[in-house]
Amino acid sequence: MKSPRTALAALAVGIVAVITLSSCASGPSAVSNSADATINVGSVYEPQNLDNTGGGGQGVTEALNGNVYEGLFKLSDSGEVTPLLARDYSVSPDGLTYTVTLQNNVTFHSGATLTSADVKSSIERVTADASQSSRKSSLAVIEGIETPDANTVVVTLATKSISFVYNLSYVWIVNALATDLKTTEDGTGPYELGTWKRGSSLSLRRFDSYWGTAAKNKNVVFNYYTDATALNNALLTNALDVITSSQSPDALAQFADNPDFVINDGNSTTKLLLAFNDKQAPFDNVAVRQAVTEAIDNKKLLNSIWGDYGTLTGSMVPPTDPWYEDLTAVHPYDQVAAKQKLADAGFPNGFEFTLDTPNYDPHPAAAEFIKSELKQVGITVNINVITPDEWYTKVYKNRDFSATLQEHVNDRDVVFYGNPNFYWGYDNAQVAALIKEAEQSDTTDQQTAKLTAANDIIVADAASDWLYLYPQIVVASTSISGYPLNGLNSQFYVYDIVKS
Amino acid sequence: MAVYLLRRLVFLLVSLLLASAVLFALLRLLPGDPANALLSVGATAEQIQAARQSIGSDLPLGQQFVTWLGHIFTLDLGTSFISGVPVGPDIASRLVVTIPLTLISFVLAVLIAVPVGYVAARRSHRWYGITLSGVSQFGLAVPIFWIGILLISYFALTLRALPAGGFPRQDWADPLDAIRSLTLPVITITIVMTASITRYVRSATLDVLGSDYLRTARSLGASFRQAMWHHGLRNASVPVVAILGIELATTFLGAVVVESVFALPGLGNMLLTGIAQHDYPVIQGVLLVSTFLVLIVGFIADVVQRLIDPRLRGNMTGQRVAVVR
Repeated sequence: MKSPRTALAALAVGIVAVITLSSCASGPSAVSNSADATINVGSVYEPQNLDNTGGGGQGVTEALNGNVYEGLFKLSDSGEVTPLLARDYSVSPDGLTYTVTLQNNVTFHSGATLTSADVKSSIERVTADASQSSRKSSLAVIEGIETPDANTVVVTLATKSISFVYNLSYVWIVNALATDLKTTEDGTGPYELGTWKRGSSLSLRRFDSYWGTAAKNKNVVFNYYTDATALNNALLTNALDVITSSQSPDALAQFADNPDFVINDGNSTTKLLLAFNDKQAPFDNVAVRQAVTEAIDNKKLLNSIWGDYGTLTGSMVPPTDPWYEDLTAVHPYDQVAAKQKLADAGFPNGFEFTLDTPNYDPHPAAAEFIKSELKQVGITVNINVITPDEWYTKVYKNRDFSATLQEHVNDRDVVFYGNPNFYWGYDNAQVAALIKEAEQSDTTDQQTAKLTAANDIIVADAASDWLYLYPQIVVASTSISGYPLNGLNSQFYVYDIVKS
Repeated sequence: MAVYLLRRLVFLLVSLLLASAVLFALLRLLPGDPANALLSVGATAEQIQAARQSIGSDLPLGQQFVTWLGHIFTLDLGTSFISGVPVGPDIASRLVVTIPLTLISFVLAVLIAVPVGYVAARRSHRWYGITLSGVSQFGLAVPIFWIGILLISYFALTLRALPAGGFPRQDWADPLDAIRSLTLPVITITIVMTASITRYVRSATLDVLGSDYLRTARSLGASFRQAMWHHGLRNASVPVVAILGIELATTFLGAVVVESVFALPGLGNMLLTGIAQHDYPVIQGVLLVSTFLVLIVGFIADVVQRLIDPRLRGNMTGQRVAVVR
C-alpha cells in the first residue's frame, strides 16, 4: 500500500508540473509592426446575436457598428454626424426628399459591390414588421425609397424630419442578398468577422479590400466576461489592452495607482432615472414629483456608487446632446422645501409607494438610498425587486407601477417625453407640440431651441427624477492609443487603435 | 450482470424522461415571457406578439413540451431564441472546456486523496495523520471561489506565471496553451475535491481497520500488508466508489462557479447566460445534457460497485451467494 512518501511524491510532481507550465509562458509575441498588431478588447456585453434588428443587444453595436458594418452616415465618438457610405446628399426645399449619392467602389466582405438596392433593403430591414430595432419608430416617417440608378437613393418622408440623417447613422448597410445575419455578416466596414466563440470572444480581422482608409491594426478580439473581477484581472495581466466600459467603480483604484494603465473618463449617454407613473396618484401631482425630486440628494447618491466619476445633469439630456443645459439648480436638494411642497399638495404626513427596482446594479443600492432619503420627509418606500423581464412586462408593457428605477442608454432620447403613451405616461400637450415642431425644424438651431424649451418644461414638471448620468470609463493599457472615449449609443470604433 | 445492465439502462432512460418533464415545467414557472428578451425599450404590442410567435412562447404549454420531446428523440436540442445558433453544437463546444476541467481535477483529486486519506486513517494518532485530517476538514470549509481568487492573485497577478482566466480561442489546437489556461481552475477544484474525498477515504479505511475480518486474517498469519491488500482494500473501496460518483457529478455541476471566476467558456457559463436571457432552449439543453452526464456517471459508479462487491451482484440478479465459505 502507499505510504506518506507516495503522497508527498505526488504533490511534488504536481508542483513541478505547475512550475514547468508557468515557465512556458506563451505571452503575446513581440509585434514588430504596429499595423500587424492584435488588439484585445474586454467587455461585459457579449452580443446575443449579430443582428442589430434581431435583438443583438448593445454588444453587437459595440463590436460591429462602424467596424464591420457601416451606415450612410457615421456618428463620431464626439457626437457629430458625417457622411460615410453616402458620398454626398441633398435635401429638397420642402425637406421631404433626401437624395443620397453613394461612395464608389465599395465592396461587401463577400465581394459583392454596394448598390442603391442594398441601401433600400437595409433601411427596410430596420422598418420591417419583424424588426426588433428600438429605432424602428423614428424611421416610421419614411414614405418611400426609390433607386433611380445603382449609385443613387431617393428617400421620401411623410413629414419633415431633421433627425433623419442622424437616424440613418445606425442603419447598417447590409448586402441585400445576405442570409443568416444572426450568426454571419456581410457589411462594408474595415474589418470582417473572424470567429465568434460564444461565451468567450469575437474576433475581427482587417478587410483587405476596404474602400476607405485601412484599419491601423490587423486583428481585434473582443473578449467577453461575466465576472467584472475576471475582466479587470485580464487587463492587469496584459491579456487585454482595453476595457470598453468599466462597470466596477471599486476596481478602478488598482488601475489608478498603476503607471501601466490609463483611466479615461469620457461622456456617457446613460442616465439613471427614478421614473414616476405620471398618470397615477400621487405622482400625477406635479408638486409631489417636485417634492420627491428635491428630497433626494443626487450628489451623495452618485458619489456613493461611482465615487468621483459621473455627472449630475438635472434632466434627461446629456452634455453631448446639442440641447443640453445644466438644470441641476431647478430642483435642488432641499428637504425642508420638499416637506413644505408635500404639505401644500395635501400630504403633510407623507405617503407610501412601491418602487419597482430591477435586480441588477446599481438599482438595488439606489433604491435603498432613495428609501432612506424619502423616509426623512415622511414618505415610505416599499422596494420591490424585479427581473428585467418582469420590468418589461409589469412596468413597460402593462404600466402597472407607481415608480420605478431604470437606466436609459441612448442619446437624444428626451423626445420620449413627447409621447404620452410611453411607459411613464407624461402627458403635456405643449411639450408634445414642441418636440413635434423640433423634428420638423429647418435648421438645427431651430431644433435645438425647441428641444431646449421642451426640456425646460419637462424639468420644471419633474416628469421624472434624473438621478445622474453614468460615467463612461475606458480603462486601457498605456501601450495603446486611438481608442474611443465616449460611449455614445454603446459604439466602440477600433480601427484607429495603435499598439506600441 | 447482463440483465442488471439492461434494467439499469431502462432506468436511465426513464430518469432522463422524467428529468426533462421536470425541467420543462420548472422553467415555465419563471415569471416573465422569454419573448421580452428579444425586445428592447420602444417595442409595440404587435412587436411583442410577433416575437412570441417567432419563438413559439404563445403556444399552449403541452404543445411546447411535445415539440421539445420530439426534438430530443431526434437529438436536436433546438435553436437558441436569442442567438439563433443550434444549442447542440454550442454545448459540444463548451464541453471541450468543462469535461477536461472536471475529469482532470477528478483524477488528480483521487490520486491525491486516496493515499492521503489512507495515511490519515492508518496513522490517525500520529501528528501527520491528525494534520492531514485537519487540513482536509479546512479544505472542505473554504468556499471554492475564494480559493480561485487566492490562486489568481498569487500565480496570475503577482507572479504573472499563469493566465488569470480565459481559454485559448483555438481550443486545444495548442494543447500547452489550453493546459496553462486550465491549470489554476483545475488546482482550485482539485483542492476542494481532494479535501472532500480524503474525508471519505479516511473514514472507509478506519472502518476496515477496525473490522473483524481483517483481525481474523491477521490471526491466520497474514501480514498487515497482505490482509489489507486481499481483504481490506476491496471492502473500503465500495463506499468510496459510490461517493466518487456523486463527487464527480457535483464537480461537474459546480464548475459554473469556477468557470465564472476564471472566465472559462464552459457549460456553466453557457447556463448562466441562458438563464440571464431567459433563453429556454439553451437552459433546457444545458440542464438536459448535464442531467444525462450525471446519470451516466451514477450508472458507471453503480456498475463498478457491483464489479467490486459480489454481494451486490447477487442481490440484483436474484441469485443467492454463499456468505459462508
